[in-house]
Amino acid sequence: MAASGCRGVRSILWKYGSCGKSLCVSRSKTALQLPVRQICVSSSLWKKNLAAAGPEKFTQEFINKQVEEFEVGKRHLANMMGEDPETFTQEDIDRSIAYLFPSGLFDKRARPIMKHPEQIFPKQTAVQWDAEGRPFHFLFYTGKQSYYSLLHDLYEKILAIERHQAEMRNKGLYTTDTKQIVLTGSRWLLKEEMEEHLVENISDQDYMRLIQLMERLLSMPYCSLEEEFVLKFRRHLEVQSRKQEIPVIQYDPQGVAFSVADGRRKSAKASITLRDSGSGNVTINGKNYLHYFPVLQDREQLLFPLHFVGTLGRFDIEGSVEGSGHSAQAGALRLAISRALLSFVSEVEVEKMRQAGLLTADPRIKERKKPGQEGARRKFTWKKR
Amino acid sequence: MNLHKLASRLRPTVTQKFRHFHIQGSGQQLEAVVGETSSAEPSLLSVFRTSEQDPACHSERHTGQYYTIPPAHIQKLFPHGLPPRFQLQVKTFNEGCVMVRPPALELISYLKRVDYSKPPLRYILYGDTGSGKTLSLCHALHYCYTQGWLILHIPDAHLWVKNCKELLPSSSRPSRFDQPIQASQWLKNFKITNERFLSKVQLDRYVWTKRESTEEGRPLGELVDQGVNRMKSSSDVVGAVLRELRLQAGGATDGEGAFKLAVAVDGVNALWGKTTLKKEDKTMCEPEELTLIHNLRKMMKNDWSGGAILTALSQTGSLFKPRSAYLPNELLGEEGFDNMEPFVPVSVPNYSEKEFESCYLYYLDRNWLQHPHSRSEEGKKELIFLSNKNPSILERLCAFL
Repeated sequence: MAASGCRGVRSILWKYGSCGKSLCVSRSKTALQLPVRQICVSSSLWKKNLAAAGPEKFTQEFINKQVEEFEVGKRHLANMMGEDPETFTQEDIDRSIAYLFPSGLFDKRARPIMKHPEQIFPKQTAVQWDAEGRPFHFLFYTGKQSYYSLLHDLYEKILAIERHQAEMRNKGLYTTDTKQIVLTGSRWLLKEEMEEHLVENISDQDYMRLIQLMERLLSMPYCSLEEEFVLKFRRHLEVQSRKQEIPVIQYDPQGVAFSVADGRRKSAKASITLRDSGSGNVTINGKNYLHYFPVLQDREQLLFPLHFVGTLGRFDIEGSVEGSGHSAQAGALRLAISRALLSFVSEVEVEKMRQAGLLTADPRIKERKKPGQEGARRKFTWKKR
Repeated sequence: MNLHKLASRLRPTVTQKFRHFHIQGSGQQLEAVVGETSSAEPSLLSVFRTSEQDPACHSERHTGQYYTIPPAHIQKLFPHGLPPRFQLQVKTFNEGCVMVRPPALELISYLKRVDYSKPPLRYILYGDTGSGKTLSLCHALHYCYTQGWLILHIPDAHLWVKNCKELLPSSSRPSRFDQPIQASQWLKNFKITNERFLSKVQLDRYVWTKRESTEEGRPLGELVDQGVNRMKSSSDVVGAVLRELRLQAGGATDGEGAFKLAVAVDGVNALWGKTTLKKEDKTMCEPEELTLIHNLRKMMKNDWSGGAILTALSQTGSLFKPRSAYLPNELLGEEGFDNMEPFVPVSVPNYSEKEFESCYLYYLDRNWLQHPHSRSEEGKKELIFLSNKNPSILERLCAFL
């Protein structure tokens, strides 16, 4: 207060300060006789305690403004890229941003993104009570109002179905073989997804309770009445094997079918040509595999995919491999053989191979050495003194 | 029914516990035989065994089949000659069965047809590690033994160029070195193998020390005993024995004095390679400076007649040679190749389909393959893949199945 008062006085005097020095003398007389006490304040007091405020709260106007800016920006971007602003999709936006702002960062989440504000700003609940402080929702004082209201609705639906069942029984049309909801190929929402849906935190037990109630709903014969409500809480699962890239079968001048595939493991790269010639010869880097891999374990790795599919003596393998050690080279070759085999094998077999782990690239690599330690995990010898 | 009884009669060594499996097993094999060839001899009870025990009568018909060496022959002929793993197998299975394979048959056929008044032919068996060179050599030696030859078998020449504890300067020549332990060991084994030739007459007079000498006309046995008892001069005795045999081999063409000499050296590339032995002043020893090696090299020259020189290369015990080397010129080196030329190379490959089949059946028959999966077709294919039909790898693989 005093400081601002002084500042205010000083600013007025500055205007008159050009009049002369005489006024300076009179400054002390004309100045307000306020007790001027110097309060020494450090800048740390002016800083806000950020942790106590909690997560950032965005007002609805703020979000709306962001949405407008996003739309305008999208149109600008479309113009920049020379495309039609009306039919500019999110994929196009991503592509353009990646083109205009190329980034070498490894983490995809650290690269520049331009998405709709709804996807960027976390969903927040609006104010739950009116001007007088009365909550809108009747379950507000449970603390998790959306969760309990969901349970409440679910139970309502269960009761409705039971009433429907009773009606059918009265009419004499009660049957158990009604249309059932198709649940294969989909899974329940995960706990994180459920939290996102309800915009509030729920515990593990709450989640289990919800799923149990859903299952109870599904166990009743006439549950197809609430099909679309239930399907809102299911996610569709893709069939993983459709994602596999199967190498193309090519044909030799002699008419022998062969396929080429690559594999990698831990910095060893392998490339394989699998020929359908009817003998079981294996040549690696020009040498017989018995000489290249004297260790039995490596040869067993080569054996595994062929043995799994059951075509041991049928294929000829010609491979080249480089890098890393013998075990990693064997692993790389194994992956390459499995990939090459995909083209000779039916879809059911492909799925079986995927489940056996033959088609998954081993993601393990050498862990980085950290400073202050001798290796990745090993610490220096601890000396007491 | 009869066939079952025949099977049980001819396999008295099988214990009661396994008999049931055995008879069933042989029943299956019988069906296989009946299905396969109708021209098989009635005495052939199984596909992989032959009853022809005499190596002289082995022919292409018996390729891939196992024949048994009588235990007496094993004790006499191979006191030190068989590879160690094979010795273990003989002990486990209670019988010494060797497979008849084309390289051995080739060698035996050459031995049958050669004219023994000419200088001896040198045969070199070469091939991949573990493909059966030593056993083929042993098979050929068994043939020589049954024909009554004098066997001079050095089981592994590599043992003479490495790991020698005592290296004495030679008593007779100043720049040479003796290996008394190895020499006396070898002389003992030589005595066991060739007992009936020990009463041969010898020609020259040898002086060992100021007080000891062997006079003219003494039997060979005394010379050998001299070497066994007096360790100091054993290497020189070895040299003397070799020289005597060389001179006498082609000497008398008929009568009691006639004998044919079979010189069999396994790991012949050791003679011209390097040694790991050091002299007292810490410099490396050359193979030339070792008495035993020097005498053996003289043996390898074909300036005598009335015998044959059978050799086999070996990478496993060799010194300073890469693991992938298996051809004669790689393993022998320039010097060795020049010395051994001209020679008859005999290649020893891995098992063929038929041979693999027969080895597999043999192990099954001996109940060596305990794992139930190994009896199936799938298991057999796995074995083929994992061993690539290499005999030693297959043997090691089956050892823990």
